[in-house]
Amino acid sequence: MRRIVSIAGLTAALVLGTFGLCTGQNSHVANAQEKMPSIEVKIDNFSFGPATLTVPVGSTVTWTNRDDIPHTVVSTDDPKTFKSKVLDTDEKFSFTFSKAGTYPYFCSIHPKMTGKVVVQ
Amino acid sequence: MTEMKDEILVDHNHDGLDRRGFLKCMAWAGTGALCVMRGGVLNSYSMSRISEIGALDMTGDLSFVQISDSHMGFNKPANPDVAGTLKVAVDKINGLSKAPEFMLHTGDISHLSKPDEFDTVDQILKSATPKDVFYVPGEHDVLNDDGKQFLERYGKNSKGAGWYSFDKKGVHFVGLVNVMNLKAGGLGTLGHDQLEWLEDDVKPLTPSTPIVVFAHIPLWSVYPEWGWGTDDSAQALAYLKKFGSVTVLNGHIHQTMQKVEGNVTFHTAASTAFPQPAPGKADSPGPMKVPAEQLKSVLGITDVNYVQGSHALAVVDSSLA
Repeated sequence: MRRIVSIAGLTAALVLGTFGLCTGQNSHVANAQEKMPSIEVKIDNFSFGPATLTVPVGSTVTWTNRDDIPHTVVSTDDPKTFKSKVLDTDEKFSFTFSKAGTYPYFCSIHPKMTGKVVVQ
Repeated sequence: MTEMKDEILVDHNHDGLDRRGFLKCMAWAGTGALCVMRGGVLNSYSMSRISEIGALDMTGDLSFVQISDSHMGFNKPANPDVAGTLKVAVDKINGLSKAPEFMLHTGDISHLSKPDEFDTVDQILKSATPKDVFYVPGEHDVLNDDGKQFLERYGKNSKGAGWYSFDKKGVHFVGLVNVMNLKAGGLGTLGHDQLEWLEDDVKPLTPSTPIVVFAHIPLWSVYPEWGWGTDDSAQALAYLKKFGSVTVLNGHIHQTMQKVEGNVTFHTAASTAFPQPAPGKADSPGPMKVPAEQLKSVLGITDVNYVQGSHALAVVDSSLA
């Protein structure tokens, strides 16, 4: 699973790199990539870490469940902006935030687990 | 454990327990030094009857067994063989001196709501002497499909998300669902529709009718910090106030605990799969790993006996050791 993700990442980098070469903006793209590391939220011990995450518009956030118990990642709004399937141990969920705002979310199985993503 | 030396001070009933020892025992249960000691068996009786209970009382007019949290599909180090321990639980049930008339399963039948997980549990429970099993869902049984599969399998004669009631030998049983539509930051929820149904369901009953309520998440506030409670349980209990004997059986917390409040005895059952830490005694309520040789001593079943005319039901937890 991780291998597939990293190959996908490489492909994206290659495509972007090619695009950059064509338009002469290679260095710009490379800088942007350095500034946008993969943004991760870890689920550990029935909590989201970090519980509050601030990211720029357009960021993709990936949650990884590192507990022995399944969890979900579900926004608290209605209708739901994002809603993961049940994540078993080591499973991941990603969502790209294209609009600024504050996005509170929780685990719908263990609702005491809450977090929020602030998109600026 | 060496703390047993002061457990039995006065054994009035020659049953191996006195009130003070029992209360201390329950305090341990509440604080988590696990009461599954003394050959791995904890005899927990309803507190209101503790002074009068005797061995004879344990053979009553109605006997049934509660099992909980089998988490079929779980395969982490805390118990890589949850099918094996469920089978041991069934053996334990089949070995009870008086065959129970039916079983209650208080939820988390499966770990991930997968069809084959439910199938495996159904298959294992077929070898139990009691043929009827009454289920309520745990949060692990209603993943991804809002409980549709659970209802199709176990909720044919139920209302709403799976609640129902039935009568056995004059005892009124109520199965409640408190694992659906959970709100961010909240606890278990019964919800308005179910509460209304409960009010109507018990209205025609006489106050002397013994009531057994069973649901997955505790209907009393065990440890809200870990979500071990139900937001609107007070409303449900208000509808049960008029009854002289109410026994509330829950699961979810993977350890035995008991509390008495007026005429209501609250009891949580052990899991058949893996133990969880005592409230606040770990960073999280996740599965607790114990040495393999101790695992069965922290898993268990609950045997419940009702003697007609008695005030309360006798609840006996037995470990799988």
